Amino acid sequence: MSSDIRFTDFKSDKQPTWCPGCGDFGTMNGMMKALAETGNDPDNTFVVAGIGCSGKIGTYMHSYALHGVHGRALPVGTGVKMARPDIEVMVAGGDGDGYSIGAGHFVHAVRRNVDMTYVVMDNRIYGLTKGQASPTSREDFETSTSPEGPKQPPVNPHALALASGATFIAQSFSSDALRHQEIIQKAVEHDGFGFVNVYSPCVTFNDVDTYDYFRDSLVDLKETDHDPSDKAAAKDVIFDDETEHQGVIYQDEESVPYHERHGVDEDMSVIPDGAPEGATDLVREFY
Amino acid sequence: MAADFNWAVGGEAGDGIDSTGKIFAQALSRAGRHVFTSKDFASRIRGGYTAYKVRTSVDKVQSVVDRLDVLIALTPRTIEENLEELHEGSVIIYDGERTTMQDVEIPEEMIGIDVPLKRLAEEAGGAIMRNVVALGAACEVAEFPIENLDSALEKRFSDKGQKLVDNNKEAARAGQSYVAEEYDHEFDYDLETTDEDYVLLNGDEAIGMGAIAAGCRFYAGYPITPATDVMTYLTGRIERYGGHVVQAEDELSAINMALGAARGGARSMTATSGPGIDLMTETFGLIATSETPLVICNVMRSGPSTGMPTKQEQGDLNQMLYGGHGEVPRFVLAPTTIAECFWKTVEAFNLAEKYQLPVYLTADLSMAVTEQTFSPDTFDMDEVEVDRGFVVDEADIDDHMSDSGGFQPHEITDDGISPRAFPGTADGAHMSTGLEHDEQGRRTEDTEMRVEQVDKRNRKVETARQREDWSPREFGDADADTLVVTWGSNEGALAEAVEFLADDGYDVRVLSVPYIFPRPDLSEDVAAAENVIVVECNEQGQFADLVEHDVLERVDRINKYNGVRFKADELADDIKATLSEGVEA
Repeated sequence: MSSDIRFTDFKSDKQPTWCPGCGDFGTMNGMMKALAETGNDPDNTFVVAGIGCSGKIGTYMHSYALHGVHGRALPVGTGVKMARPDIEVMVAGGDGDGYSIGAGHFVHAVRRNVDMTYVVMDNRIYGLTKGQASPTSREDFETSTSPEGPKQPPVNPHALALASGATFIAQSFSSDALRHQEIIQKAVEHDGFGFVNVYSPCVTFNDVDTYDYFRDSLVDLKETDHDPSDKAAAKDVIFDDETEHQGVIYQDEESVPYHERHGVDEDMSVIPDGAPEGATDLVREFY
Repeated sequence: MAADFNWAVGGEAGDGIDSTGKIFAQALSRAGRHVFTSKDFASRIRGGYTAYKVRTSVDKVQSVVDRLDVLIALTPRTIEENLEELHEGSVIIYDGERTTMQDVEIPEEMIGIDVPLKRLAEEAGGAIMRNVVALGAACEVAEFPIENLDSALEKRFSDKGQKLVDNNKEAARAGQSYVAEEYDHEFDYDLETTDEDYVLLNGDEAIGMGAIAAGCRFYAGYPITPATDVMTYLTGRIERYGGHVVQAEDELSAINMALGAARGGARSMTATSGPGIDLMTETFGLIATSETPLVICNVMRSGPSTGMPTKQEQGDLNQMLYGGHGEVPRFVLAPTTIAECFWKTVEAFNLAEKYQLPVYLTADLSMAVTEQTFSPDTFDMDEVEVDRGFVVDEADIDDHMSDSGGFQPHEITDDGISPRAFPGTADGAHMSTGLEHDEQGRRTEDTEMRVEQVDKRNRKVETARQREDWSPREFGDADADTLVVTWGSNEGALAEAVEFLADDGYDVRVLSVPYIFPRPDLSEDVAAAENVIVVECNEQGQFADLVEHDVLERVDRINKYNGVRFKADELADDIKATLSEGVEA
């Protein structure tokens, strides 16, 4: 790993096809900067991307990467990290990928506390399929598949994470570049599953959860007396329906990541060219 | 073949039937006798009917038969369920003091041995050992030296303390003495022992052991009958060889975790059964398109849907061959014996990595949960070879770069096989995707690159056809007019059936096929035979369809797969071209 890695080294030669002004540009820039700042380079980084506008991030970034099946990015990241504890794993996807089709995996990835970063690019809309309600869409948000709004409350991803035993829960905003990068960086540095929901506005299909809306309403937890190590305080922030927050909501300083609890620390890609030493013991067991 | 002896213990789920049967099977194996076991069980924790059956001989046994010589019956239903297999002179050991067994009627032509199992067990140290009392009684009936049972009891209980081992031995002797003293009867059985060493294992265990031997380091799975034993076998063992097992939240996750580990460079696998295969099929195309080596073990059970989860069937063949949208290159291996479960698992890992595609390794319930004895040499670890295929490191990666300097994991090559670089390899960073892609793995919809990539992936299959041995196993009479073809676990029953047939004057030639795709070309064998019979455990004859398909007359084909529909003028030209090629030929 060289020390002169710049964040642009994580850029691929493919030009993003995101709409001009899409929040995903800022989200990705923050991810690349956070990776470079934490001493990673493209050859020791694995990015797993979901499906949707956000899923294209694997194509626009330069690293080892897998762009997989809709909703299954977290299990893929889990497998990569278990096989290769030496590799930095970052999983990215949208609100549909993470909280709808992949919601089941989210709960269990949080519980496992594998040492990786999960960035959800939350625009509260399905963009790539041209504007349907997402699991984080507001109850009265009118879309082509919900003309009068979904008439059901949005998922509260932070609450889901907290209830599942999360050790790191954060919220950032793609347009607040420095803060966004700083928060992602904390997630990367966290010993365990670093979960960041990023408000990443869709300029084409969501005229409610806009840049202006977030700029006007976001309260930065850094500027309050919020203590991220206080779980009860984190709960209050998470269930405060009146305020949009950014910052680290909760961090368990005592977090013990999966690989330490399970003693999984070997590079599994290295194996002998015959049966492993002592394999005959396995046969003897059947006497 | 020397006389075989057929024994069973049956009762309700929760009666300890499985461990009782396993102890007896182990005792026979340790006495140098061949053993083949089978289980009748239901999908429930307690109640119902369950039985563990053991067939044994000094010669190799590789099938069950419809005969039962000695039955330990803990419930009246155990006798009812086995009436057809019991015969004149069969011995039924039961506890007449057990409330439910007090009024039990032993058929007249059979010999009932009433042993107070529970009372004798209590005297030896605890009612829980009543099944071991019955095993002691069975040893006396079968004239089987009880020291062999001692040996199996030691294996089973030694980690729980010598006291428990001694109590169990005493319980066994109590059963033995009771029969010797109370029943002045000469039984016809004489289970002689030999000096042979055998190991006793089931198909799931053989697959698990094969995986470790092959260097598999990562397993993710979700519990499902009858594949769970693969996961339980690996748990606690694979760690000793630097590996890890994860119980995933569902099969969707399991296969994606396995895929992730494989992208990380690990030999990786998952195992499941039909309902899990349905879920995993979602990811199947991604594995193939991203050219990821992965072994997916499907231990088949009776379908469709939840079907009969604890019953035998070979019904998933079409699902494995054709499952998944689009056209997905894959291999399908079907080991035909428990020993083959080990070797085909090793082979599956090598094939997966050499050709960078998903490999289905399929067993079925009857092979997965039945045990059979083998010489330990059958699993000679020195014979295991690991071939990781075309992997590049930092020294040779420069030869596989694009003009713009990007690594090409989907390089167009003559044999279709492209270089792999594991994460951490300098300058190897690349994208893998379920989208159609160029040589660097970057998304493309370019019509020419699409065709080149499809052809390249299919070319790997053609390369494998040429380079690997896909032969079936042959036995029976090579010159017989009748050809019997089978696949998967039917081989053992068929091998013994051939002997029965020969006794009755029927000569048959058998081809037992462990490769479903690619598979051996049987057209000449079929043409040479007067009668061809395909044997398989399903209703529709899915493998028979393949055999018929392979001998059909070939048609000319016009195919288009660049992402653009047929156009009228182009199609007319294609048809003319095809016809003129035909004329020239």
